[in-house]
Amino acid sequence: MAQTLLTAEELDRTYMRLAHQFVEPFDRLDTLAIIGMQTRGVDIARRIHAIIKERFSVDLPLGVLDTTFYRDDFRTRMKMPAVQVTDIPFDLFGKDLVLVDDVLYTGRTVRSAMDALMSFGRPASVRFCCMVDRGHRELPVAADYVGMYVPTHLKEEIRVLTQEQDGRQAVLVVTKEEEPRL
Amino acid sequence: MTPTEDATYVFPHRHLLGLKDYSAEDILHVLDQTDNFLEILNRPIPKIPTLRDKTIVNLFYENSTRTRISFEMAQKRMGADVVNFSSSASSVSKGESLKDTIRNIESMKIDMVVVRHPSPGAPHFISRCVDAAILNAGDGAHEHPTQALLDMFSMRQKIGRLAGLKVVIIGDITHSRVVRSNIIGLTRVGAEVMLCGPRTMMPLFVEDLGVRVSYNLEECLEWCDVAMALRIQLERQEGALFPSTREYHERFGIKKRHLRDFPNFTIMHPGPINRGVELESEVADHPRAIILNQVTNGLAVRMAALYLLSGGKRG
Repeated sequence: MAQTLLTAEELDRTYMRLAHQFVEPFDRLDTLAIIGMQTRGVDIARRIHAIIKERFSVDLPLGVLDTTFYRDDFRTRMKMPAVQVTDIPFDLFGKDLVLVDDVLYTGRTVRSAMDALMSFGRPASVRFCCMVDRGHRELPVAADYVGMYVPTHLKEEIRVLTQEQDGRQAVLVVTKEEEPRL
Repeated sequence: MTPTEDATYVFPHRHLLGLKDYSAEDILHVLDQTDNFLEILNRPIPKIPTLRDKTIVNLFYENSTRTRISFEMAQKRMGADVVNFSSSASSVSKGESLKDTIRNIESMKIDMVVVRHPSPGAPHFISRCVDAAILNAGDGAHEHPTQALLDMFSMRQKIGRLAGLKVVIIGDITHSRVVRSNIIGLTRVGAEVMLCGPRTMMPLFVEDLGVRVSYNLEECLEWCDVAMALRIQLERQEGALFPSTREYHERFGIKKRHLRDFPNFTIMHPGPINRGVELESEVADHPRAIILNQVTNGLAVRMAALYLLSGGKRG
């Protein structure tokens, strides 16, 4: 069974709130930059970036990060994950970054993302935004901006659907045994 | 859709013994992955921890500078522990067999072996003796798969496609492992290959590999998108396959006037160049030559290959 946690209309409002939260701490936006984590974090980051551009007339630097190389779990699977594009077309030095991902779960992906970021330079600060925080952390990390908190069971899976990947936007919770219908 | 975008595609190989075992999909997957490794090399800190739990032995039974350095640098960029072994400074000179050597090295708990050997098939033999992943870095006149992969990557980077690409390979076809791997790889991904060189260096029945043969350099350069000159291995020319290097250069060397007469082709060379033999010096340094890009791409291709083969069973 797939259960809808956020509909498209509710997600629109969530995106709007997150965009405002991103800019809230800053008087000037010249150090703020957004980095989306492959794959769905990229779509979410682009969406927030577009809203900020529209509402605040500022085109923030936007990057894409793949953390495969820095993961600690890829060797426990049989298949080597295909590496995706990393593209950070600006200098990180002195930037106030917001890392964006779809789901915060064990915290291992964020840890690997921070490792990856440090090989690009020394940002002034790094914040973290996730669309869904589902709990069950295995590392001491927390998100600064959260779309929604969802207490979950381990056998449940959270899916953040995006227009780009899935043709529609929604947040679903699926129980793992069945084949999820997107 | 490329294999990399296809979520159902699984890279099926444990070894890279030769491109003969790799399908077009497998080859394109390695090339697609290479793009992402090239990006790493341009980072302020061009180092990733992906292979930090792996120990790799570079087993070189034949002299090599650039291939060994390229492999070693790829391994170090990915955080692997690297051991170098060259036959001249080892127990091989004391008469140990290849099988004993490799079994001994394996007992030291290694995960991957990069091997260059003068005998064709040596990497295949090793892959049957030990459990580690084997990468062929050149076996006799048989295959040199990472060189072909980097050549194909460089062509695609420069020209934007491989399917339908016209490639001429010029030089000592008989003794070249680079040619064999390139013919297999290029024809598999849909490129057309023509071979050019003195008749004494052209194997009989080579057309059976799906390539054309020409003995006229001008005709080839007019036809091709890419001209790859091979190094004339002066140290292996015992049997006088051509009268002199000057005569070779006259007939088969790419010269400045060719660049003017045929304005479209790209120049490649696996190195090291004999200036004034395969290529006139100005040709080697010309903007249409992508010889140094090949070297950079070689590093990225080898990183991609090491990454893809490091998976599976825990070493």
